[in-house]
Amino acid sequence: MGIHLYRIDDRLIHGQVVVGWGQPLNARFLTLVDDLVASSDWEKELYRMAVPPEMDIYFADVATAIRDHASYAADPRPGILIAGDIESMHRLVKGVKAIGSVNLGGIHYRAGRAEKLRYVFLTPAEERQLRALEASGVEVTAQDVPSARAVPLSEVLEGESK
Amino acid sequence: MSDGGESEANKPRAIVIGHGDFSAGLVSAVDQICGMAGRLVGLSMMGLTPEDIEKAIRAELDRTGARVIFTDLPAGSATLAARRIVKGDSSVVLVSGVNLATLLDFVFNTAVSPSEAARSAADRGKASLIVVERS
Repeated sequence: MGIHLYRIDDRLIHGQVVVGWGQPLNARFLTLVDDLVASSDWEKELYRMAVPPEMDIYFADVATAIRDHASYAADPRPGILIAGDIESMHRLVKGVKAIGSVNLGGIHYRAGRAEKLRYVFLTPAEERQLRALEASGVEVTAQDVPSARAVPLSEVLEGESK
Repeated sequence: MSDGGESEANKPRAIVIGHGDFSAGLVSAVDQICGMAGRLVGLSMMGLTPEDIEKAIRAELDRTGARVIFTDLPAGSATLAARRIVKGDSSVVLVSGVNLATLLDFVFNTAVSPSEAARSAADRGKASLIVVERS
């Protein structure tokens, strides 16, 4: 069991994660890797209240997630790990060296980002980070919900503003 | 009957926000049933970041004076954004898990405070969920 989905999503915990992915994966725990959330009791409580009672939620900054990853991976229950940005997932992947695939679930528009898919907008620096992630042996695909096609990174990066 | 007069009663009193076209559908349903869609403002969060969702809700609260936010899923981004707003403004009330029965109760209940109307509406919405099975 352990982590079934490593997802980058700037909305962190929301409907697509808890219901859209959580139900088909039968996820019983979520690990939210975000330095800011991990340092704020109020933020942690906010996200804790958003999770259904049958799901546990763990909060970690990136350093803690690297340290504790083996225990998430050994958990007998299926789980989902969420990072809020590419940088955090990149650091986690480099620190853990046991993550085989990463899902781009939601990286939304902000200044400097260009649209690649309806739910993926990237800066040139973020594109380079994703290419580096894939070059290190990690499969990177974009897929917002399980019923959608997993779009390979090469195809994502070819995307143009629509 | 509202004690604020007809025009006051017809002002928006709540924001409805959810996934996809959820809010537009609910507001449309309210209008079809009782013609009171004007008491609600529907917002979609499609394609919005959490920050943009929060800004959009705040903008509508400021513009309309509405004090109640209805959202769909307790785990949804809109609910999380609304919780942040409620944290900083005790005059705003959040009801998550909204359904049509909730909104119908709310739009008719203009004689009480927004907070009281929200509680009443939530109770009505919960009571409307029934399971019917052949015995």
